[in-house]
Amino acid sequence: MTTILSDVPDASGRFGEFGRRFVPETLMHALEELTQEYEKAKQDESFQSELNDLLKHYVGRPNPLYFAERLTKHCGGGKIYFKREDLNHTGAHKINNTIGQALLTVRMGKKRVIAETGAGQHGVASAVACARFGLECIVYMGEEDIRRQKLNVFNMKMMGAEVRAVTSGSKTLRDAVNDAMRDWMSSVESTHYIIGSVIGPHPFPMMVRDFQSVIGKETRAQCLEQTGKLPDQVIACVGGGSNSAGMFYPFIDDESVKLIGVEAGGRGPEPGEHASTLSYGAKGVLHGSFGYVLQDSDGQTQDVHSISAGLDYPGVGPEHSYWKDSGRVNYTAITDNEALEGFQTMAKQEGIIPAIESSHAIAHAMKVAREAHSNETIVVCLSGRGDKDVNEVARLLGQEI
Amino acid sequence: MSSEGRMAFMPFITAGDPDLDTTVAVLKELANCGVDLIEIGFPYSDPIADGPVIQESYTRALNNHFQVHELFDVLKSLSSDQTTTLPPLVGMVSYAIIFRYGAEKFLNEASAAGFSGLIVPDLPGDEALEFSQKTQLANLDLVQLVSPLTPEDRTKRIVQSASGFIYCISVAGTTGVRDELPAELTVHLESLRQLTDLPLAVGFGISKPEHVDTLRGKADGFIIGSAIVKQFAAFSDSNQTREEVISSIGNYATEMMSATRG
Repeated sequence: MTTILSDVPDASGRFGEFGRRFVPETLMHALEELTQEYEKAKQDESFQSELNDLLKHYVGRPNPLYFAERLTKHCGGGKIYFKREDLNHTGAHKINNTIGQALLTVRMGKKRVIAETGAGQHGVASAVACARFGLECIVYMGEEDIRRQKLNVFNMKMMGAEVRAVTSGSKTLRDAVNDAMRDWMSSVESTHYIIGSVIGPHPFPMMVRDFQSVIGKETRAQCLEQTGKLPDQVIACVGGGSNSAGMFYPFIDDESVKLIGVEAGGRGPEPGEHASTLSYGAKGVLHGSFGYVLQDSDGQTQDVHSISAGLDYPGVGPEHSYWKDSGRVNYTAITDNEALEGFQTMAKQEGIIPAIESSHAIAHAMKVAREAHSNETIVVCLSGRGDKDVNEVARLLGQEI
Repeated sequence: MSSEGRMAFMPFITAGDPDLDTTVAVLKELANCGVDLIEIGFPYSDPIADGPVIQESYTRALNNHFQVHELFDVLKSLSSDQTTTLPPLVGMVSYAIIFRYGAEKFLNEASAAGFSGLIVPDLPGDEALEFSQKTQLANLDLVQLVSPLTPEDRTKRIVQSASGFIYCISVAGTTGVRDELPAELTVHLESLRQLTDLPLAVGFGISKPEHVDTLRGKADGFIIGSAIVKQFAAFSDSNQTREEVISSIGNYATEMMSATRG
């Protein structure tokens, strides 16, 4: 019997051996309640219709599937298409999830939301969703990321969110998750934690994947409509893994579609120089779930590096761990320099400034396209726009703005 | 202890903070004060149940290259040292460490190093079934935690698979010193008492003799972490000598030991 890969997780949050709940007892009851509430909301037509209405009129969905003619010619070979998550309200895929979870927060009768953010996109998307529903919003963000993403920090504050600087550890996303989880431990009765990726304890990996699956569902339909067939290859970047999970999931049972996740290869394969969890990590526990983790032989999480604050994370969602071990998705890494090159090529060839996260997927797609036949279709998730990254890119290129 | 009419005092220290020599010296000091049990925290890079004081102590130990096997080696040689009799030791350790180290290997080495039980704060009852069988085979107790937010049906399931004692978390939140213990704690302890014969030990937020008075007659013991661990910061933050810091920890432990008698 063939295993149906889309039929996960089970009731205890298992994606094969991955996922589950490795959290302090204080959070267990809230996670059980959240699971029940989410399952009810999923079946509730009025919840789904309100969500769809917001996705259409507030987020701006469906966004286009765009044929990148000039980049295709530039690379030679396969046809490159972009799923334009950068055209969503707030300029990234993150809002698909925050709108869904904010709606759930209202449904649960909670008034306060906490979130964590690395690149700031999830922080902004949470601040937006909270402003839209009149919810109090606290965003935890590492000091190092606050330095790298000043524009997003300003935007969050403009929308009424409080940004709390995290000064522990590496002062990046992973420490922001730790602090947000701690806040949640003492506020769980009044507060919902909007986790921004397909990470954390059950039901978060499933719930975030479901909210992000709108990306893959639209892509599937648009591809059939525009090209008359399913794509040959689908490529997306992977940090925690939410845009890629949302993009891949609706294609998981289509064996003809090759799926490729692109991680942050940073400065190279040495520990601490990259954030390629699935390429170099080992099985372990981080932030409440079981999956691949970059860690030492004692289980201590390793420091990571990426040019992109959004990919700078030493873990990955449990479903990606499951897809890796089942062989359904191939994972590869793109270095900082290759991502920078992808960023610049995309800007010059297509007049689109991509997020530096998405530039990892673009750089890999350019490699793949060169090897592909001209009748092959390669779809890339353009997970976000790059306005937030231009200062950092200019600094790295030695240019002044 | 209850026959003596007193509560058990269980201090917590972080292994390797700031180095293992100090850990040995503090263990000896606490043993001399007659404490009933010592909890030894394994430093972990991403603790989510701990507050800032404990996290900082983990960071100090990890910056000094703490290694699990070195702790086991040091404890093994300490237990063969005839001049020191240690009280029972319980390890507080993240499942991230245990899994990566190898569960069987970890449990066997912990047992050989003199641990009598483990608290694994990120392994809730639901996930602990298989692991609790392994701890039994290694002759270790698996202490389970119950929070004020744990509903009664969950609590019933948790206490059934627990051994050693029940770790009753006083408040929803993380570890750390608090001014007062919540009033609902008494009701929580009374209802727990109906569900288990295991000793009840209260942790999170306890730091002074008045807190112990509040618990008398309701709990069998109490755990103090942050109030002790914060004194370790003095090793790097002040010009106190190691002997002075250790003696100050000893004085505090003696004061809390007298509080156990009321």
